[in-house]
Amino acid sequence: MRKLIIAIVSAATLAVFTGSTMVAAAAIKPPSQDWSFSGMFGTFDRGALQRGYQVYAGVCAGCHSVRLLAYRNLLDIGFTEEQVKKIAAEFEVSDGPNDEGEMFDRPARPSDRFVKPFPNEQAARAGNNGAMPPDLSLIVKARKGGANYLHALLTGYKDPPDGVKVPDGMAYNIYFPGNQIAMPAPLSEDAVEYADKTKATIDQMSRDVTTFLAWAAEPELEERKRLGIKVLLFLIVLTGMLYAVKRRIWAKIGH
Amino acid sequence: MSTKEFKNPIVRWIDYRLPVFSFMEHELNEYPTPKNLNYWWNFGSLAGIVLVMLITTGIVLAMHYTPHVDYAFDSVERIMRDVNYGWLIRYVHMNGGSAFFIVVYIHIFRGLYYGSYKSPREILWMLGVAVLLCMMATAFLGYVLPWGQMSLWGATVITNLFSAIPLIGDWIVTLLWGGFAVDNPTLNRFFSLHYLMPFVLVGVVVVHIVALHQHGSSNPIGIDTKGPQDSIPFHPYYTIKDLFGLGVFLILFFGFVFFAPNFFGEPDNYIEANSLVTPPHIVPEWYFLPFYAILRAFTADAFIYWPVAWLMTPKLAGVLAMFAGTLVLFVVPWLDTSPVRSARYRPLYKQFFWLFVIDCLVLGWVGANPPEGAFVLIGQLSTAYYFIHFLVILPLLGKFETPRPVPTSISEPVLGGGAAGAGAATKPMEGA
Repeated sequence: MRKLIIAIVSAATLAVFTGSTMVAAAAIKPPSQDWSFSGMFGTFDRGALQRGYQVYAGVCAGCHSVRLLAYRNLLDIGFTEEQVKKIAAEFEVSDGPNDEGEMFDRPARPSDRFVKPFPNEQAARAGNNGAMPPDLSLIVKARKGGANYLHALLTGYKDPPDGVKVPDGMAYNIYFPGNQIAMPAPLSEDAVEYADKTKATIDQMSRDVTTFLAWAAEPELEERKRLGIKVLLFLIVLTGMLYAVKRRIWAKIGH
Repeated sequence: MSTKEFKNPIVRWIDYRLPVFSFMEHELNEYPTPKNLNYWWNFGSLAGIVLVMLITTGIVLAMHYTPHVDYAFDSVERIMRDVNYGWLIRYVHMNGGSAFFIVVYIHIFRGLYYGSYKSPREILWMLGVAVLLCMMATAFLGYVLPWGQMSLWGATVITNLFSAIPLIGDWIVTLLWGGFAVDNPTLNRFFSLHYLMPFVLVGVVVVHIVALHQHGSSNPIGIDTKGPQDSIPFHPYYTIKDLFGLGVFLILFFGFVFFAPNFFGEPDNYIEANSLVTPPHIVPEWYFLPFYAILRAFTADAFIYWPVAWLMTPKLAGVLAMFAGTLVLFVVPWLDTSPVRSARYRPLYKQFFWLFVIDCLVLGWVGANPPEGAFVLIGQLSTAYYFIHFLVILPLLGKFETPRPVPTSISEPVLGGGAAGAGAATKPMEGA
């Protein structure tokens, strides 16, 4: 009994302890970037969003899913209905059973969720040296530092410093906790050919795909901020009036 | 009780059979309230409004939420993405929990500063502590529902604490889990209890208000009202003052909801729960951090553990201390032996009060950091001080402190000084 309790306590302590040392190893704080969607009035840059989708589809989608997005959501970032139908139709989804009781494959429709690159976690690990590429739907919300961290990570691949050995199948990244990351540097110059002819530098692609993933994590952001401004303005006026009424009523008391 | 004749015949007809209008007239319109309450007295009604907001948004969320380990996380994301204004309802609920604790903690510290718990308001105070306990249970249960990594691992760490109880500990943990780990049965019962607890809370709040209305609010001077000149009707004076305070609160609250909705949250909770991956740094929500620090202060080599080392494991000591940290509030009315209520007239207590506030903040800071380096000793010292404040300082102060002279009535300093506040309140004492 006593042993068990000690084990649990020490496990919890150890978890906390190792966590902090891992964080300590990262050491470098991701630098703050100027994002189109930050600040009270921020909105997503439509060009960056569409280019970002191109980077996701051309580079990330080979390993990473964004299972919470549906193809129809792409309408919100400026793709036309025709474009969305075309994008969706490039993927196959399993449907059924049909009248004969058979499952069948059909092209994806705008109402379908983004098709995952691997059918299950085991397949994903088998295809990636045992590492699990995380789903990217919420990645910007699920990491400390958010978009700044993601951009820093994507552009933070460096040669390991002298004396640091990186095991086979791992890469060195100055922003990743512990510095050893299973994902090889994903971006290379001109990895995608942008439809709007923007030069596809690593920095550009990283910013674009980060904007796209920030939108994927918080598709409500623009509506939220728009409504927020109205609500706050209303509340400030209302509170000002309530204060005036309060003064008026309390004047009778004269303190 | 006054039996007022209502002009409206329908109101009169109803009131004769069910005296709701007399009740409202008595408890709101006539309810005599000290005229010198400051803005720290806003937080009680504010807490009630936040509670209503939480229950309303919670009921709507429950319509769209699926309490199953395979669907819970995605159903919350569906609320965020596909339910009309679901993101707003969820963010209000999420930040509402934090707001509730901020408001209630201020309410409690106000009570401690002005000695609101002293006779005849001991039961009122104890009911308030019961409300706090209900809140903590509800908040803990609710945090598990989105089924993120912190949901799962927070629940695992906290439920495991009960295993420290001798003999029946393991049995209790199995009962809480409904199995041998935090899993689907745990999520189901937590959802059920999270829906139940707020209504228990409302019940306790109602009794809290009944007890309040028995003797009315205390006040910053801490002396009883001595007649009609000292009090004013609750309506319209405090209804409008509370409404103005509500406006200020809502500006701040919606500032967070619309522009920094995840400020109080942990990024890790946007990763779906995974029992195979332990998050690097398990922390509870911010409002539990001081208690978390007390829990972790009890390690095998901690000096605060030595006195009880012969009796129990450090884990049990930590768990007991954590619960004692809240439960000690129940006996504050008897630990504080001073006959003077308000800290305004207690020069020493006033200083110790602020030391205690700082101690609580330090505990919160320690709770947010990994227990290593300087945090270990700071955590142990601030834990020790937390209990010393209640168990040693409060009883002794009443005996050794010389209070400053207290004014004879509320009206006297209020009218005599020309303006409410400490400056005005000190004036008549010089003659007293």
